[in-house]
Amino acid sequence: MPAREFLAGVRDQLPILLGVIPFGLIFGALARSAGVSPLAAQGFSLFVFAGSAQFVSLGLLRAGASPWVIVLTILTVNLRHTLYSASLAPFLRRLPTRWKIALAWLLTDEAFVVASARYRKPDIALAHWYTLGTGLTLWVSWQASTALGVLLGSGVQEGSLLEFALPLTFIALLIPSLADRPAILTALSAGVLSVALARLPYRLGLLLAAMAAVGIGLAVETRRQKRGEEHHE
Amino acid sequence: MNDLQLWSVILGGTLVTFAARLSFIALIPPDKLPPFFRRGLRLVPPAVLAAFVLPELVMPGGRFNLTWGNDRLLAGILAGFVAWKSRNIWLSILTGMISLWILSRM
Repeated sequence: MPAREFLAGVRDQLPILLGVIPFGLIFGALARSAGVSPLAAQGFSLFVFAGSAQFVSLGLLRAGASPWVIVLTILTVNLRHTLYSASLAPFLRRLPTRWKIALAWLLTDEAFVVASARYRKPDIALAHWYTLGTGLTLWVSWQASTALGVLLGSGVQEGSLLEFALPLTFIALLIPSLADRPAILTALSAGVLSVALARLPYRLGLLLAAMAAVGIGLAVETRRQKRGEEHHE
Repeated sequence: MNDLQLWSVILGGTLVTFAARLSFIALIPPDKLPPFFRRGLRLVPPAVLAAFVLPELVMPGGRFNLTWGNDRLLAGILAGFVAWKSRNIWLSILTGMISLWILSRM
């Protein structure tokens, strides 16, 4: 049933909100203190809808960067979304265009990690409703928390305990994704490379680490399959 | 920056972000991609998740710290263990938060 899938998507996004809502509040408050009008602050969340890119934009606005530089930076920060797009594309290819547009619009880090866990499970014929539910839940929460942050302004404090909620959610999603040896090796390489490249600006380290790690995982998988074939002969 | 420039940043940022998200879903059909590339897609979630998580654990506040004094690392390992045993997201988050809270007071 579509409704059941949709609600399951909403439910599975709830733990993530614990980590996302504080960031929405902080974004709204920081935007005000950077001199961004309340409407434009909400505009960032409504249309760009990408946490790290929005924070980087604020930093550049404060530093007096030109509009072109900021837009190019947003593109660089959000290049990792092409990976998510590629990863989900095979599951969405039979959907009508309006579905593809809606799900692409909602394709954030948080929606991707929850949705891709769903696509690892069986019976995925209606899983696009799940992906819609999970994406919309995050979108609504991001709008509400940004608006609240704009209203509260400097009253918002950064809390270190809640900042840890998002990494914890990602840990809880990472563990079940380690289904076999290539996946484990991919994750290990991605983690180590991401730490090594952490000094690169604009989340480039994350993008490069993830891409290189997928390459390493593929190489391992290919070797394993070749060895498997030799055993069968 | 004036309001017009700010809104053009929002418009530009929206277009480039949406283009990245829509890229493979709508513009390039996955069956046109080489098989090698398609097999790699399965490995994207573990890669991205680990690339997010590990720096948060071993570099709290941006400084590399691989010692017992790193509360976030210990709390993250405990949460990971609970995630492995229970497969329950809420329980894992709760474990990590409580561990971090206790460790930061020790």
